[in-house]
Amino acid sequence: MTVNHSISDARVSFPSLEQITQVLLLEEYNTRVVVLGVMALGAAAGIVGTFLLLRKRALTADALSHATLPGIAVAFMIAVALGGSGKSMLGLLLGAFVFGCIGVLVILAIRHTTRLKDDAAIGIVLSVFFGLGLCLLKIATEMPSGSAAGLQGFIFGKAASMVASDAMTMLAVAVGVILVIGLFRKEFTLLCFDEKFSKTQGWPVMTLDIVLMGLVAIVTVIALQSVGLVLAVAMLIIPAASARYWARGTASMLLFAALFGCLNGWLGATVSALVPRMPTGPIIVLLCGFWFIVSFVFGRNNGVVVNQIARIRLNRRVAMQHLLRAVWEISEREQLETVGVKEIVSMRSWKKVFVLRQLKRAQKKGFAKKQSEDVWAMTPKGAHEASKVARNHRLWEVYLINYADIAPSHVDRDADMIEHVLGSDMVQKLEALLDSVHDLKSPHPVGVDS
Amino acid sequence: MTLEAGHSADSPISIHDLTVAYHRKPVLWDVDLDIPEAKLIAIVGPNGAGKSTLLKAILDIVPRASGDILLYGKPLKKQRKLVSYVPQRESVDWDFPIDALGVVLMGRYGKIGWCKPIFSKDRAIAMDALKRVGMTEYAHRQINQLSGGQQQRVFLARALAQDSTIYLMDEPFASVDAATERAIVDVLSELKAQRKTVVVVHHDLQTVPEYFDHVIMLNMRVVAHGSISEVFTNENLKKTYGGRLTLLSEAAERLARSKVLSDS
Repeated sequence: MTVNHSISDARVSFPSLEQITQVLLLEEYNTRVVVLGVMALGAAAGIVGTFLLLRKRALTADALSHATLPGIAVAFMIAVALGGSGKSMLGLLLGAFVFGCIGVLVILAIRHTTRLKDDAAIGIVLSVFFGLGLCLLKIATEMPSGSAAGLQGFIFGKAASMVASDAMTMLAVAVGVILVIGLFRKEFTLLCFDEKFSKTQGWPVMTLDIVLMGLVAIVTVIALQSVGLVLAVAMLIIPAASARYWARGTASMLLFAALFGCLNGWLGATVSALVPRMPTGPIIVLLCGFWFIVSFVFGRNNGVVVNQIARIRLNRRVAMQHLLRAVWEISEREQLETVGVKEIVSMRSWKKVFVLRQLKRAQKKGFAKKQSEDVWAMTPKGAHEASKVARNHRLWEVYLINYADIAPSHVDRDADMIEHVLGSDMVQKLEALLDSVHDLKSPHPVGVDS
Repeated sequence: MTLEAGHSADSPISIHDLTVAYHRKPVLWDVDLDIPEAKLIAIVGPNGAGKSTLLKAILDIVPRASGDILLYGKPLKKQRKLVSYVPQRESVDWDFPIDALGVVLMGRYGKIGWCKPIFSKDRAIAMDALKRVGMTEYAHRQINQLSGGQQQRVFLARALAQDSTIYLMDEPFASVDAATERAIVDVLSELKAQRKTVVVVHHDLQTVPEYFDHVIMLNMRVVAHGSISEVFTNENLKKTYGGRLTLLSEAAERLARSKVLSDS
């Protein structure tokens, strides 16, 4: 936008500091409008993409965006044949929209009339329409009148070639799409969660699906200039998928997806303004990918780091409880205050190093103290904790043995693990349950003091 | 639509000559039923007998090859607000970003209507429905963190929040824990006391006489239907589950046992 290159200049040139500040501070009107437009597009794509993802239709959108290419070529040819230059943006986008919709209809037709499944239908439509588009584009570029040189830009996107009026249209359409989704949020949520139930309440499932795919088509079409049709689907899916790592509810997922979309749009348009020879689509997709990785690693819902921390914590708690129970059982058996490390090691398939490390952790927590080399004793606090752990474990064992016919149907963890996740309410329930049974079968006495 | 001879406008669900086929393979043949009002009705039958399909046909979510179904004398389109549906738990993806209260609130969407927001009155009704299934403290829990039985109770609460007169439940007792089974049974008797009509697809023959008043014995066609004491007999079970000898003898044995228990 700020830098003008000649057509023959194919080098990727890097911007000066002055240009960078100019773009970042949105000093120029054109840059400002384009950045704003792409940001609005990002937000709209994130929001529509959230429902697309929840409806499990992400790949249909990919086929849709590829199917727009023949539409662009055909619109161009018609315009040229009618005597125009073929450069009317509105005409081109209208062609793209019509062919995108035709692509989706063909997928539906294949799904309903043949035994082929969705994945095959999507594969067929995507490749055939794209192939057709490439051929028509070749023919279009060789037409004597009209200049089809700019059409290639639709494939990978070129935000830098956008003018203020394009960006204004994009902004308006994106805001419109966001408003429509906001209006039907409740209906779309129900459709995505439970289609059959939605039908029983009398909601027009088919119409809602058509509206959703229509919004996807609109977002794809306005994304063509900036991201390009090959990668447009990334703007729909990736911000929504990233949002899943942060959001707990549908509303917050929509919000996070919109934020990620905005952020990617802003950064992408900025980079494109600074390095106009770089195709914008791949840059925006790489940005989307970057934020996805950040979410995947650090996200609070099932992010890798959070999961790993939770796992380590659980393992530690399990190890500590096993140690306490082992020590408790030894001192119960031997009637001794102190316990040798050797004995503890023999209780389970433990290594001595591991036991010593756990004993040191127990010492830090005030559960155990070292008497002499390889001899340890429990503190009163440790003894109390150990008696609780041992009691839970035995209660659970008894429960499984006496209620074997009920237990397997709703116990998906084995006994040794479940005691570590039993809450105090569950323990109370077990106690009440076991008190009502007189003839207990147990491998251990249950009456560890409580 | 006119009433066929022998079909009453008082019946909550009146099914006439219903045939349903999937991919040209018939699933239900010539079903003709008048379901009684204010009763707990079990649908039993072997796998593939068309039990779930019968519910879905009543709800008009599977296309029917022939026949018509009237709810209190009128077609479903005019009576949607009268019907609540509890689908099988496996029919949805429980990884959806929503909490238990959010799912129950979906039961209110039909009454709220297009584009309108959820009102606090609806929230109160949804919370009350959660309370009736013993799930109050899980209202703001993510649904993927609930156990199978708890998820089933959320589905039940969603149907309760719809506050209708006819309840159709698809295998609500399938692989649930004892607490959930108890909660569902309590809700069923509560609904009966409110004179609601409840139709439940059920797989456990042993508990049929204990939980239900009426039974529809189905195996692609209606083998028998009526009150438990009249039609839930060894002979009808044999007709319904015919050919499956081990299951049959087991069922007969269970039936005999339950009869001894109820007689003593």
